[in-house]
Amino acid sequence: MSSQHAHALAADHQHANHGSLKSYIVGFILSIVLTAMSFGCVMSGAVPHDLILPGIVVLCVAQVLVQLIFFLHLSAKPGQRDNLSIGVFTLLIIAIVVVGSLWVLHNMNVNMMHPVPTMSSGSIG
Amino acid sequence: MSNVITADHGTVAHGHDEHHDDGSKTLLGFWIYLMSDCLIFSALFATFAALANATAGGPTGKELFDLPYVGGETLLLLVSSFTFGVAMLNMHAGKRNKVMAWLFITFLFGASFVAMEVHEFAHLINEGAGPSRSAFLSSYFTLVGTHGLHVTCGLIWIVVMMDMVRRFGLNDAVTRRLSCLSLFWHFLDVVWICVFTIVYLRGVL
Repeated sequence: MSSQHAHALAADHQHANHGSLKSYIVGFILSIVLTAMSFGCVMSGAVPHDLILPGIVVLCVAQVLVQLIFFLHLSAKPGQRDNLSIGVFTLLIIAIVVVGSLWVLHNMNVNMMHPVPTMSSGSIG
Repeated sequence: MSNVITADHGTVAHGHDEHHDDGSKTLLGFWIYLMSDCLIFSALFATFAALANATAGGPTGKELFDLPYVGGETLLLLVSSFTFGVAMLNMHAGKRNKVMAWLFITFLFGASFVAMEVHEFAHLINEGAGPSRSAFLSSYFTLVGTHGLHVTCGLIWIVVMMDMVRRFGLNDAVTRRLSCLSLFWHFLDVVWICVFTIVYLRGVL
C-alpha cells in the first residue's frame, strides 16, 4: 500500500492521475475474480442459503470499490479530493433515497390490510 | 506536500489563459454529471427493489433469468472497460493509431453487450413477459433498459471520438473528451455490477 502511495505521488508530479497498465490489469483480474465469486455463490449451491444475499452484497460493494480505485482512479490525492467529496456526498443521498424508500414501503406492506383472496378477485372483476 | 502541489497547479492555471486550460474543470463538471446520473439509477434501483415481488401472478425472476447468459454480458462489459483503459494509456503515451485500434475493440465488446441485451429483451417479450405484464417487469425493463441506453450512447460517443482522433489527432480537446468518455464508460461498468447483483443474482434466490 505504501509503495503504491509513493508511486502515486511520483506520478502526480508528472501529470494528473491516470493509472498504469499494471493497475488496469490488477483491477481487471480482481473484477473477474469477484464476479466469478458472486455468480459461484448463487449458482454452485455450496453456500448456505442464508449467507448468499449478504455474500453477494459484500462482493458487489468490494467490486464497486475495486473499479472506482483501479479504473476511475478515485483516491484521496490532492487532484482527486473534489471528486471524492462529491462522490461521498452522492453516496449519502443515495443511501437516503434507497434505504428510505425501502423502509417506508416495507412498513406500508407490513401494516396494510391484506384482502382475502376470494373477495379481492370477486370485487375487482 | 499537498500545499506545494496545489500551489503549483494554481500557477499553471494562471500561466495559460482561459483558452487553454488543463481540462480538470471539465472533468470535475463531468464527474458531477455522472454523480447526478448515479442518482437516477439509485431511484430506479429503489423502485425495482420495492416492486421485486409484485409479479401480479406472472413469471418471477427465478423463472425468467438465465444466469450463464448474464455472466456472458458481464464479461463483455468488464473486458470492454479494460480495453478502454488500454486505449487511455495509449492516449497518454501519444500513440494515435493504437488509441483508435483499442477504441474499436472497446466498441466491439460494448456492441456485443448491447446485442445480447436486446436479444434477452426480445426473448422475454416473446415469452409474454414484457414490461406491461407486471410491476416487477416494468421496473426491470426500466432499470436494465436505462443502463442499456447509456451504453448505446457510449457506443455512439466512441464512434464520434474515433473519428475525431482520426481527423485531429490527440490534441487538447480530443484528450479532454476522451477522458470524459473514459469516466462515462467505467461508470457504466460500476452500475452494471449493481444491476447483476441486485436484479439477476438476487432475483433467482
